Amino acid sequence: MKNENAIDIDREKGNFHYDTTYEFDAGIGLNERVVNYIADVKEEDDWVRAFRLKALDIFKGKPLPTHWATKDLENIHFDKFRYYLSKGQQPSRTWDEVPDDVKETFERLGIPEQERAFLAGVEAQFDSEAAYSRMKEDLAKDGVIFVGSTEGLKRHPEIFRKFFAKVIPVADNKFSALNSAVFSGGSFIYVPPGVKVKQPLQAYFRINAESFGQFERTLIIADEGAEVTYMEGCTAPKFETTTLHSAVVELVALKGAKIQYITVQNWSSNVFNLVTKRARAEEEAEVKWIDCNIGSRLTMKYPGVILKGRRARGEVLSIALAGDGQHQDTGAKMIHAADETTSNIIAKSISVGEGRSTYRGQVHIPRRLRGCRNNTECDALLINANSRTDTYPAITVRGNHNSVQHEASVSKVSAEQIFYLMQRGMSEGEAMSLAVNGFVNDLVKQFPMEYSVELKRLIDLEMEGSVG
Amino acid sequence: MRSLEVENLTVSVEGKTILNNLSLNLPKGEVHAIMGPNGSGKSTLAKALAGHEHYTVSSGAVLMDGENLLDLEVDQRARAGLFMAFQYPVEIPGVSIANFIRAALKARQGEEDSFDALAYYRRLYAEMDRLGIDRKFTGRSVNEGFSGGEKKRCEILQMAMLEPKYCVLDETDSGLDIDALKIVAAGVNHMRGEDRGILVITHYQRLLNHIVPDYVHVIVDGRIVKSGDKSLAVEVEERGYDWIKEEMAAGV
Ligand SMILES: Nc1ncnc2c1ncn2[C@@H]1O[C@H](COP(=O)(O)OP(=O)(O)OP(=O)(O)O)[C@@H](O)[C@H]1O
Ligand SMILES: [Mg+2]
Repeated sequence: MKNENAIDIDREKGNFHYDTTYEFDAGIGLNERVVNYIADVKEEDDWVRAFRLKALDIFKGKPLPTHWATKDLENIHFDKFRYYLSKGQQPSRTWDEVPDDVKETFERLGIPEQERAFLAGVEAQFDSEAAYSRMKEDLAKDGVIFVGSTEGLKRHPEIFRKFFAKVIPVADNKFSALNSAVFSGGSFIYVPPGVKVKQPLQAYFRINAESFGQFERTLIIADEGAEVTYMEGCTAPKFETTTLHSAVVELVALKGAKIQYITVQNWSSNVFNLVTKRARAEEEAEVKWIDCNIGSRLTMKYPGVILKGRRARGEVLSIALAGDGQHQDTGAKMIHAADETTSNIIAKSISVGEGRSTYRGQVHIPRRLRGCRNNTECDALLINANSRTDTYPAITVRGNHNSVQHEASVSKVSAEQIFYLMQRGMSEGEAMSLAVNGFVNDLVKQFPMEYSVELKRLIDLEMEGSVG
Repeated sequence: MRSLEVENLTVSVEGKTILNNLSLNLPKGEVHAIMGPNGSGKSTLAKALAGHEHYTVSSGAVLMDGENLLDLEVDQRARAGLFMAFQYPVEIPGVSIANFIRAALKARQGEEDSFDALAYYRRLYAEMDRLGIDRKFTGRSVNEGFSGGEKKRCEILQMAMLEPKYCVLDETDSGLDIDALKIVAAGVNHMRGEDRGILVITHYQRLLNHIVPDYVHVIVDGRIVKSGDKSLAVEVEERGYDWIKEEMAAGV
């Protein structure tokens, strides 16, 4: 029918890859040699190397969390991946200097265009390292730092080391340990006291190589009263073999600071996406995670906020779309650790075909605290009879000086709704998209415009593709 | 060619025959009314024409301007020019009236056609004003929390925006107060014209005082048993359906 061509092209937007030659390749498999290779290539200080090696030990010693998580984790063969691939460590400051194949990749993904349109800075990572990194000059004058983690570790060790692995300890979980052993790329951001970055900073993570593992490490520090919005996008081509993406993202919002972290992920269906994201919010600070998960084979991700200071606020707005054969295991953690802290979780999931979505929440308010509030809402939409959703809210609130609200709902797109929409002339795919967009609409309205448009486009593609 | 022709249509639902050899010819430029007792098959006719999957056509044909309608999917029929105003309009949570109608219009456009948002809103507001729908409704979710009358007005709003060739209005008058009835009827009359055929399903002659039909058909047990001019509606209103059934039984 009418749109089919446009959609085919668009659906494949992220699905292309270039045969690239890499200057640095750690080879296949994971062991001390690989970890040392990464540390050597990056010419890292001894403390970083020691940190990596210790993390490797912890990783090896930890079992997979299959006692609560899906058994599909057992299909990850850690000895089959390539853990480090790069063309060199120096990211370019202009697109002209970026190697042609890499530049073309990001052009096809529309990154330079977005940079011109509405971004304050961009970092574009190709496999293990940033290929491009640039920020508007006036921000640099204000003392804002926005570089890749490799560069951050080298040029700003005093800030980096102080906050690194403090919000998410190495041993937090098996995948945070893995990331700590082999991390490469990701962003390092520091916003000085009182500086408010008006436009978003954006990172784009691109996996190009087959049987590859991407392990970016992002650390964002908003100093007292500072404000910043960070956005990440990710894609990978669809390979026959599996790809592993296992990032660690730590945010620190000091007193009165505001951080908004937006993810619009669109992984291909061969990617295991196992990401640990957590923030610490000091007094009166505010952290908001906007997390949109589309695609991947399995995503496990539960962005969290540790509400450390009085009147800190944490929020997770999450949308997960599990297509046929995909599993989105997502949720949120809110750890209240001071009086009058408030948290809000709104999670919406859509399961299509044999897609499965799981919500896992953890809200913890200890007895000694006063005046804490949490609101949790999880809504699931099932598209087909065999779609599946599960909810594990896990809210522990002690004492009676705090309040929680929890609502959950499961709904279906009914045949009568689809008939009604189709009677108005929409194809079945268009009807599905409209119904699904309607379901997430109240949440999407809270997103910055550019991202709500992008998300709508991704939902359209996913839904158009889901009907035969 | 310029008509919606229903020929000997037999339709069943879950194995039960509801429409039985029903024939009807609605030429462009005319308005026909259908009346009939509850459960006689009026909505079934509307939904079978629209292509609802629950309604199985076991025999007969439907030609819309010569094109075999039954070969088309629900959305293809709609884009070909068939519109049905639902007896029970469906709620679509989170989708605003404005986005909904825009999506319906876009579905009719070619890939290259651009969409003029300004012109769209201008038209939308004009039609809403005509139908006495508060402009705030553009932002409300389709049919969600609408009163019965508001739903029916919105059906006519959609019809006006989509400019179909053939319209089937299934009890659009039910749930309307006297004033709303006049407004909606005026909206329908506004759409009468050489290039459009309108089929009005109703229980009440009252509506037909405002939308004066060219023909009135009475359907009983899935069959059109009597056709006439607008006076037939008056007669039905006064006497009910028993006399028609008796005529049938007597083989008149
Ligand atoms: N989806 C369905 N499943 C089962 N029976 C149905 C279905 N749709 C219609 N029917 C039956 O078909 C018959 C005709 O129904 P229909 O809705 O067409 O009547 P109607 O003439 O529109 O009545 P009303 O005046 O009450 O709106 C009724 O007996 C009804 O119960
Ligand atoms: Mg009916």
